[in-house]
Amino acid sequence: MNLTLKVWRQDGPEATGHMDTHALGGVSPDMSFLEMMDMLNDQIIRAGEEPVAFDHDCREGICGMCSMFINGEAHGPGRGVTTCQLHMRSFNDGDTIAIEPWRAQAFPVIKDLTVDRSAFDRVIQAGGYISVNTSGNTIDANAIPVPKEQADDAFSAATCIGCGACVASCKNASAMLFVSAKVSQFALLPQGQPERESRVQRMVEQMDKEGFGNCTNTGACAVECPKGIDLSNIARMNRDFMSATVKSKK
Amino acid sequence: MSNSGILRSSLAKKYVMALSGLFLCLFLLGHLAGNLQLFNTSAEGQLAFNEYAHFMTTFPLVKLLSYLTYAAVLFHVVDGIALTIQNRKARPTGYVKEKGSANASWSSRNMGILGTIILVFFVSHMQNFWYVMHFGPIGESDGLKDLHTVVMTFFGPENGLAGLAVAGYVLAQFALGFHLIHGFQSGFQSLGLRHSKYSPLIDRAGLLFGIGVPTLFASIPVYLFFIQL
Repeated sequence: MNLTLKVWRQDGPEATGHMDTHALGGVSPDMSFLEMMDMLNDQIIRAGEEPVAFDHDCREGICGMCSMFINGEAHGPGRGVTTCQLHMRSFNDGDTIAIEPWRAQAFPVIKDLTVDRSAFDRVIQAGGYISVNTSGNTIDANAIPVPKEQADDAFSAATCIGCGACVASCKNASAMLFVSAKVSQFALLPQGQPERESRVQRMVEQMDKEGFGNCTNTGACAVECPKGIDLSNIARMNRDFMSATVKSKK
Repeated sequence: MSNSGILRSSLAKKYVMALSGLFLCLFLLGHLAGNLQLFNTSAEGQLAFNEYAHFMTTFPLVKLLSYLTYAAVLFHVVDGIALTIQNRKARPTGYVKEKGSANASWSSRNMGILGTIILVFFVSHMQNFWYVMHFGPIGESDGLKDLHTVVMTFFGPENGLAGLAVAGYVLAQFALGFHLIHGFQSGFQSLGLRHSKYSPLIDRAGLLFGIGVPTLFASIPVYLFFIQL
């Protein structure tokens, strides 16, 4: 396959970026998108230029590091896949492919296609945990009965890998799908109940502080989510936040 | 989180949007029921409509409801603008290539523009009918303010711009329809009212509401225009 790649290049967080055009030939349809990027970088390095910086790690769809906005969509045209799981057979010979970083105030560009997603970490630090003693005397999780459906929903929410495709896809750069998945994975289980109300309040507060946009219920996040996190999580968070607000003593 | 913080939160802003929006949906039903009387253009129809208009502007409970409606419009507009400003700030650098249609409906991505069209229509609508009913100039018929004739004249041959008025009215109803198709079900979602069994019903009701209500509204000026040609 011969491709024309338009890649976002930006030297640093404060620098102004631009799209660079590269011609790349000999691409196999069986390559993953990241392998194609490796090939591009190889070509760039051989020409004595600076390679394109991009995030990647496990390359098997579970780490959440790869983060490219490909041809106008997060993780490209595929559904339920991360960029590393996207294969070049999804494109045609002669295609022009635009590759950009996630764009959000809360995800500043570090360089080229890499962005700083530590805003997500701070949301988790604000309340995305349960306070239990883990020093050697932890109770077996199965000691507390959990209805199968609840357990399944909690597990589905917990499959979120925090890649940020929801923020990247949302026209408002809202983080509601991510935050609601992280709220739901605890809200659905008995172990999450003691801190349920304070957790949702603290996590929403941090989400707002980070400068993410508001949810317009377009549903773009759920369509682009590589893990299929669905909008019922957002509704649950809306419900929990309201009930926490009504019940809180302050 | 303190209470003032909660009121400033993004979720609380969405509750306000949802509650005011869903309240305005109820208002639309009431308004539509009143307007449908205009299909009766006979003398009895005129009297009935004018009596209805008189009742709607004088009965205390209706007055209270009208103040609630003004408040809902105000909250919906101001909150909508505040949310839009925040949303713009959340993505200062836009994408070079963005395929919004791949993952979200057109109306859900254009609620602000649709809302603005509706607001422009709302202001002119208030000026054409609400203002005239309250402050005149308006004639009398059977001792009642003759709003029926005001409407007939507005969409009739005496108004040189009647064709334009009808076209504007219909256009605004299209905007309202698309706004409602997304907004109705979105309101329930923002309030957390989502359920695997009931949400499909809400979605269908929203679609029916978003198509049916504006169509019925638009049919009235179209009918009044053509019968007076």
